[in-house]
Amino acid sequence: MATITEQPPETKAKASPPVNSQPEAAPGKTLVLGAVFGLIFGFLLQKGGVAKFHVLIGQLMLVDFTVLKVMLSAVVVGALGIHFMHRAGLVELHIKPTRYASNIIGGLLFGVGFALSAYCPGTGAAALGQGNYDAIAMMIGMIGGSYLFAEASGWIGRHIDPIGDRGKLTLHDVIPVNRTGLVVAFAAVLVIVLVAIETLGGR
Amino acid sequence: MHEFMHRLGGLGDVDPLQYSGPAWSPYLVGALIGVLSMLTFYFSNKPIGASTAYARIAGMIGLAVAPKHTRSLKYFEGKPPKVGWELMLVLAVVAGAFLAAWTGGELTGKFLPAMWQDRFGSDSYLLRTLVTLAGGVLMAFGARMAGGCTSGHGISGTLQLAIGSWVSAICFFIGGIVAAMLMYAT
Repeated sequence: MATITEQPPETKAKASPPVNSQPEAAPGKTLVLGAVFGLIFGFLLQKGGVAKFHVLIGQLMLVDFTVLKVMLSAVVVGALGIHFMHRAGLVELHIKPTRYASNIIGGLLFGVGFALSAYCPGTGAAALGQGNYDAIAMMIGMIGGSYLFAEASGWIGRHIDPIGDRGKLTLHDVIPVNRTGLVVAFAAVLVIVLVAIETLGGR
Repeated sequence: MHEFMHRLGGLGDVDPLQYSGPAWSPYLVGALIGVLSMLTFYFSNKPIGASTAYARIAGMIGLAVAPKHTRSLKYFEGKPPKVGWELMLVLAVVAGAFLAAWTGGELTGKFLPAMWQDRFGSDSYLLRTLVTLAGGVLMAFGARMAGGCTSGHGISGTLQLAIGSWVSAICFFIGGIVAAMLMYAT
């Protein structure tokens, strides 16, 4: 488990990765990079159709699988790419903690909100750019909900987060086989899922 | 039950597939988002995530309105509410999506999405505002509690094979499917 978060080995020849995650360290460059990546991300989300109200609702009604196709394709490419970049010492991993109670309760709450607004935090911003003005209401709600969570964060941190807290748990900890082999097998399973979705029809 | 709801709200039957699909292949778009993830890990040492940006804005407003109280909240400890990478990312997503919709002739420029309007009526502005607002509140609370959103857990977390991210992402869809079926299935 500790191997996940440790620094990449010192084998890198050039261009050491930017290890500093503090925004104030290099504000200008950090902000510009955020803007460039956001511009590309927003462009792709809109072209992928996931900024559209009916595409998201269609996914939740299990008739339009565009959202899953985009997400799983991203995961296949990203999982392989980031695994090999990490192996080469080029990037650090950023694993979020597994806390079963908070993951499940928070996840279900998020899902209901996802269906109500038909946007998620990223695709809602893309929907606004596309001209869906109702996304502004979602964004105002997100800001209010974030503060509401902050109000409750002390209590949740004491009472809910500790339930099923497993730390930075990954599939590598559960299935202790060769890491590269596991990532390749994982990607292969997702490709099979994508092929199955495509074969079974729907959009 | 459905008959009752129909009569109660005058709901229209809707089929999501009768509206336009994605402009580009979802596989191509997904693969490119995967490449984009590699770039953000390499150049910014950060995973793509959207929900944190809203929490940063909430913190900034909180600091302006009630600084003492906001600083006392656990969530904002160690997460200084500042304009940072995440907020720039989300602001730029708006611009990037505008460019994509504009070049593709897909700008909508409406408050009520077409499918919503067909379901709930062309005068359902107040209902849409309240439902969307409530959706935003629930999503933010849920995302903060679970530790991420559809981007942070659903893509960035799952691609690192994080168990908590897979559990969260599956719960996003379970909650969403149940709620969407109740709202839209005929």
